[in-house]
Amino acid sequence: MFDTFPLWPTRASTTAGSVDALFIFLVALSALMSLAIFTMITVFAVRYRRRRGVASEQIEGSTALEVTWSVIPLFIFVVIFVWGAVIYFKERTPPRGATEVYVVAKQWMWKLQHEEGQREINQLHVPLGRDVKLILTSQDVIHSFYVPAFRIKQDVLPGRYTTAWFHPTRAGTYHLFCAEYCGSQHSGMIGQVVVLEPAQYENWLSGGGASGTMASNGQNMFQQLGCSTCHRFDTQGRGPNLVGLFGKPVQLEDGRVVTADENYIRESILTPGAKVVSGFKPIMPVFQGLVSEEQLNALVAYVKSLNPSPSGAAGGPTVVPSGAKPQETKVQ
Amino acid sequence: MATAAITAERENYLNQEYGIKSWLLTVDHKRIALLYLLSITFFFFIGGFFALLIRLELLTPAGDLVQADTYNKLFSMHGMVMVFFFLIPSIPAVLGNFLVPLMIGAKDLAFPRINLLSWYLYIIAGILMLHSMLTGGVDTGWTFYTPFSTAFSNTKVIEAGLAIFISGFSSILTGLNFVVTIHRMRAPGMTWDRLPLFIWAHYATSIIQLLGTPVIAVTLVLVVLERALHLGIFDPTRGGDPLLFQHLFWFYSHPAVYIMILPSMGVVTEIIPCFCRKRIFGYKFVALSSISIAVFGFLVWAHHMFVAGISLYAALIFSALSYLVAVPSAIKVFNWTATMYKGSITFSTPMLYAFGFVGLFTMGGLTGLFLAALGIDVHVTDTYFVVAHFHYIMVGGALMGYLGGMHFWWPKISGRMYPESLGRLAALIVFLGFNLTFFPQFILGYLGMPRRYWQYPPEFQVLNVLSTAGATVLAVGYLLPMVYFLWSMRYGKVAPDNPWGASGLEWMTTSPPPTFNFDKPPVVTWEAYDYEHIPAPQEARSGG
Repeated sequence: MFDTFPLWPTRASTTAGSVDALFIFLVALSALMSLAIFTMITVFAVRYRRRRGVASEQIEGSTALEVTWSVIPLFIFVVIFVWGAVIYFKERTPPRGATEVYVVAKQWMWKLQHEEGQREINQLHVPLGRDVKLILTSQDVIHSFYVPAFRIKQDVLPGRYTTAWFHPTRAGTYHLFCAEYCGSQHSGMIGQVVVLEPAQYENWLSGGGASGTMASNGQNMFQQLGCSTCHRFDTQGRGPNLVGLFGKPVQLEDGRVVTADENYIRESILTPGAKVVSGFKPIMPVFQGLVSEEQLNALVAYVKSLNPSPSGAAGGPTVVPSGAKPQETKVQ
Repeated sequence: MATAAITAERENYLNQEYGIKSWLLTVDHKRIALLYLLSITFFFFIGGFFALLIRLELLTPAGDLVQADTYNKLFSMHGMVMVFFFLIPSIPAVLGNFLVPLMIGAKDLAFPRINLLSWYLYIIAGILMLHSMLTGGVDTGWTFYTPFSTAFSNTKVIEAGLAIFISGFSSILTGLNFVVTIHRMRAPGMTWDRLPLFIWAHYATSIIQLLGTPVIAVTLVLVVLERALHLGIFDPTRGGDPLLFQHLFWFYSHPAVYIMILPSMGVVTEIIPCFCRKRIFGYKFVALSSISIAVFGFLVWAHHMFVAGISLYAALIFSALSYLVAVPSAIKVFNWTATMYKGSITFSTPMLYAFGFVGLFTMGGLTGLFLAALGIDVHVTDTYFVVAHFHYIMVGGALMGYLGGMHFWWPKISGRMYPESLGRLAALIVFLGFNLTFFPQFILGYLGMPRRYWQYPPEFQVLNVLSTAGATVLAVGYLLPMVYFLWSMRYGKVAPDNPWGASGLEWMTTSPPPTFNFDKPPVVTWEAYDYEHIPAPQEARSGG
C-alpha cells in the first residue's frame, strides 16, 4: 500500500535525516501555532457571538501585547533560521576526499562522468557510505539536479560549475529529477541514482566501457591542444606552472586574489583574458566553443590531478571481487 | 417588489448616463472600477480554464490529455494571466478604484483621465496577451527564466513579454493615482491616523507598484532585446549571466506577492471590525505592519534562488531577512484575532470569507517559514510544496480577500443585495474546495514531485487525484458568486445605504453612490472603526 501511496520520502543520505528533523519540528510548530490561532478564533466566535442586549466592548489595543507577539515569534524565527542555516552550510560544503562525479545536463538528459572514466546517461552509480561530490554544468539552459531521497537539489547552469554533495546511507535505486523547468521534455529529464554496496560498486566500475581515467584523458587533451608547450612543469613556461595549483590562491595581474577552484580553471581555459595571473602576458588563445563540456571536465580533472595531495586524486579500481552483480530494485 | 424599487431609484453613477460611450469614455472612478471588474473576471475565467486543464492532465501519471508542449504552455499562461491580468489588478483596480476616493471623502481620484488610461493600457496588454495565446502561446513559465526564454523557446515570448510590459504601466499608473489621491484628496478631518486600514494597505501597495514595476518592465525589455538582437546580457557564452535575470525578475516579483496580498489584508481589516461591532485592535500596529511589509518585501528576493547558484553568504542573509518580513504578517493575524475578543460577532458572508482568509493565510504564512529555512528550501523548492505555499497565499489569501470584499461592498457597488444563504454556501465551498486542491500538494512536494511536470512517477497519483477533485469543487465555488451577483443586479433586494452598519465614509452616501460620491463634502470628526457610535443593523437577512 505504501509503495503506491507513500506519505514520507525515503531517507537515503546523511542530509536527509537532518532535513527531516527540522521539517518535523516545523510541522509541529506550525500545527501548534495554527491550532492556537484557530482555537482562539473559534472560542471568540462562539463566546462573543451577537446576543441581544450584549454590546461589544471597545478596546483600543495593547502595546504590551503587540510587543509580545512580535518578539516571541521573532525569537522562534531566529531559532529556525540558525537551524536551517547550519544544515545548508553543511550541504554547501563538500567534504575533502569525496569521490567526484562530473555532471553535464542538456535538454533532456543527464550525462555523468566518473573520475575513473566511466560514463553514464540518466543513471548514476555511487558507492554506499562514501562522500560523493558532484560538479555540475549545463550545455544549454538551466536545469536542476534533484534527488528527493537525499534531500539535495542544485541548479545546473550553463557557462559555470555548481557543486553539490551527498553521503548515501542506504543501498537502493532513487529518483533523479530535473527540478528547473527546461522545455518540452522537462518531465522526461529523469533518471536514477543507484546506490551500491562498495563491493558491488567496484564490480560495476570494472564492468568496462571506460577508456582511461578522466585525468588521463585530460592529459591527452592537454598534449593535443598544445597546452603543454606553455604550461610547463618548471618555471620556464610562458604560462603558469599548473602543478599544485588547484585550491590555491592566485595573484592576478589587476591585483585581485582568487582561489583556483573548478570555476576558475574552467574560465581560464574558455576565456583566459578574464583573469590573467600576475607576471604573465594575456597571450593564451580562447577555447570557448572549441572544447565540449565533457572535454572541459577532463581538462579540469587533469589540472586537479596535478596536486600532490590526495584530494580527489583519480585512482582506478583496485580489487575487483567477482560475482557480485548490482541488482535493479524498485525506484524509491 | 424589486421592480417597484427600481422606479423609485434616485440618480446615481450607474443610471446617470447610458450607452456604451458613457462607459468607454468615463472618468468616474466607480465606472472604471466596473470596467476593470468585467475585464479581470474575463481573464480569471481564462486562467481558471487553463488551471482545470492542468489538473485534468495530472489525473494520471502518463501525459495523455494534452501534448507536453501544450501542457508547458498551459501552466505558463495560467501563471501569466492569473498574476498579471487578474491578481495584481484585482483588489486595487476594482475595489481600490471604487473605494479609495469614497473612503477618504473625495469626489474622484486625483487623476481621473490617467485612471481611464490605465484601464486602456490594461486592455491593450490583455489583447496582446490573448493574441499571443491564440497564435501559438508561450511556454517559458510565468518566470521567463533565461537562457531558456531568450535563446531556446520557440514560442511567442516577445509578444507575451511586451503584453506584461504594457500591463505594468497600467499598474504603475494606478499606484501613482492612489498615492497622490491619499496624500492630497482627503476630506477635512480625515487625518492619517483616522484613515481606514484599507487605505493604509493600498498606500503600501501603491508604493510597491511604483518602485517595483519599473524593474520588471526593464527586465522584460532586456529579455525581448536579447531574444531579438542577441545582446548577450544573460548569455554566458557572450559573457552574460543567466542569474542576473533571476535577480532582476524576483526584485519585482517577490514584492509583487505583496501587491496581491496587502490589499486583501486591507479588505479583511475592514470586514472583521464591522462584523464584530468593534474598533480594530491595535490600529497603529496594523497600519505600520502594512508599510513594513512593503519595505521589507524589497529585501528578500533572493530567497527564490537558494539553489540557483548564489553564494553561501548571500543565501544566509536573504534567509534571515525573509524571517523579518514574516513578523509584520504575524502581527496582523494576531490583531485580527484579538479584534474578535469581547466583540458582538455575526457570521455574514463577508465575515466567512474573512475567516477563510485568516485560516488560509496563516497556513500559507507558516509554510513560508519552511521555505525560508535554507536546509528545507533546498529539498522543497521547485516542488509542489512551493506550488501549494504560494497558492495558499495568492489564492487562499488574495482571492479570498477579493471575494470577501466583493460581497462586503457589492450592495454599495450595485445597489442590490445578493442572497445571503447562497453567499455563505459559496464561501464554504470555496474554503473546502481550496483545501482539498492544495493541501495534498504540500505532501506531494515533500515527497519530491517537481513542479511543471507533465508526467510523473505513479506513486504520486493518489494525491494528484485528490487535488484535481478539489479543483472541480473550487470551480463550483467560484462560479456560484458570479451567477448570483448577476442575478442580484436584476432581482436582488434593493440595498440600503449601510446594510452592515459599517463605519467608513463609503457607507454614508447612497447605494449606489452618486457620480461625485457625496452630495455635500464630508467632514470627519471621528476615529476609524467608531463602532461604539454606529447602530448595528437589524439582523441582516436579505435577498433570495
